[in-house]
Amino acid sequence: MIEILESGPFNTVQDLGRPGYRDIGVSASGAMDPLAVRIGNSLAGNDEGAAVLEIQTFPFRLRFTEPTVFAVTGTDGNPVIDGIELPAWCAYTAEAGQTLELMHPPKRARAYVSVAGGVDVPSVMGSRSTSLRGNFGGHGGRPLEKGDWLAVGEPPGFIPLPASGLAIVEPEIALGDVFPSGSDEILLIRALPAGEHGLFADNGKAFWDQIWRISSRSDRTGFRLSGAAIVPTETVEMRSHGVVPGVIQIPPGGEPIVQMSDANTAGGYPKIAGVIECDLWRLGQARIGSRVQFVQSSYAEARDVERAVDQYVADVRQTIPMVKRALKAMA
Amino acid sequence: MIATATTQILTLNVIPAGKDHPRVSAIGSRSFLLEAPGDFDLAAQRRIWALSQTLKSWTDLAEIIPGMTNLLAIFKHTPDDPGLVMDRLFEAWDRALSIDLAGKTVEIPVHYGGEFAIDLPALCDLSGLNDREVIRLHHEATYRVFALGSAPGFGYLHGLDPRIYMPRKAVPSLKMAKGCVTIGGMQTGVAMLTGPNGWNSIGFADLQMFDPHSPTPAMMAPGDTVRFVPARVEL
Repeated sequence: MIEILESGPFNTVQDLGRPGYRDIGVSASGAMDPLAVRIGNSLAGNDEGAAVLEIQTFPFRLRFTEPTVFAVTGTDGNPVIDGIELPAWCAYTAEAGQTLELMHPPKRARAYVSVAGGVDVPSVMGSRSTSLRGNFGGHGGRPLEKGDWLAVGEPPGFIPLPASGLAIVEPEIALGDVFPSGSDEILLIRALPAGEHGLFADNGKAFWDQIWRISSRSDRTGFRLSGAAIVPTETVEMRSHGVVPGVIQIPPGGEPIVQMSDANTAGGYPKIAGVIECDLWRLGQARIGSRVQFVQSSYAEARDVERAVDQYVADVRQTIPMVKRALKAMA
Repeated sequence: MIATATTQILTLNVIPAGKDHPRVSAIGSRSFLLEAPGDFDLAAQRRIWALSQTLKSWTDLAEIIPGMTNLLAIFKHTPDDPGLVMDRLFEAWDRALSIDLAGKTVEIPVHYGGEFAIDLPALCDLSGLNDREVIRLHHEATYRVFALGSAPGFGYLHGLDPRIYMPRKAVPSLKMAKGCVTIGGMQTGVAMLTGPNGWNSIGFADLQMFDPHSPTPAMMAPGDTVRFVPARVEL
């Protein structure tokens, strides 16, 4: 079991989401940084999509009641176990009774805790993700609170870890050549023009050239961007249509909204662009107040990034059990 | 119903070429939105339903979201050639014949007026009708579920009498209650979640319409017929 000792608001159980029900109005939900979940679960010896804890308000503390293999991913900070700092992106075995503490990541927004066997909450409509808007899924359909107890599933085909743990090279570094580096101050996010792009003057120049700030009115549902308002050259009446995370809508006020993991399933605001799927995790790690600029991408580029990410995850998933077995044989 | 569908096909065939071209656009690199040409009506929606049936056999699709005379197709992977995907969608649209979904009939008891009908006076002002007349027009109509979306189980209903069309609010009500019977433009529906809502409330329905733990979580489905039955009128 896991006991939650300290938690801020809006920390939830998530997995890779609940796709397939948007046609009945149910948001897909799922982690804001799905790549961190795929890697964390791989480190913990799980399927890529096992349920994890998504921590976005800090400090956060939990206690393991049993010896538990776990990994903290997503964050660029170091988790602390019983007062001792560990590297992130590392699988480690906690002893019974040990406390794991997470502080705010130095630059990023979210940390993920994967445990061998996955967080064992009931699957609702094919997923263990918390739907905050629908109040179902995850842990009772609500954020985690101090005093909550969470069950841990049975680890599949358990291979013991070396005592010092097992770390991997995190995606941002391992995939450095397929993600734009930008500067420390401005996050570059790639996007493709969407349906109403043509309604904005000069090929949407005011949108693409501008450096936007992620407003405080941002959450898992969507990010509101602050900057100089952009307005279409004509007003169109849109019929409600399906939307997906990454869609960048321009509401009447002219400040863009990027729909994120808890995206509404339908929308009707003009859409200027859509973030390429493989860059969504990077936006999901952007903090409120940080600055972002959108860069026009292409299908060829989006396809190349997608392939590189899938190859990286496949490599990680293949290598981890091999290394664990080799180290066990040597021990 | 079959006769109606046949009539519909004939009607569609006489629409001049050029007016019958849908628009396809992208959201991100994996999703494509097809918007039907022409009016917001049952004929267009029936063809969207047909397209949706066709697309169910496409193995490279992850998800299909039919909307209001449009459809979002979400692919499993970024296509190498988006032009090819658009061509396939245009072709599927050209071949899609109007179908009528054999839906069930859902009766929803409504408490018209009362504390939840916060926008009934404004609708009377807008329509020039008195409150009894507004309510009569609303419950005497027969509605079709065009699509579900926005909130879990929320059905967009088509068939509202044009005399009681009412535009969505520029500033949404911050905390409209789940169960409010609402009008948004030329559509009507029952609010599924308590929260911000730009539609106009004229009554309240106390009916469980979504259960995430059921094998069929949503009570309504596209193609269903919906009738509102006045359980109580409080004016």
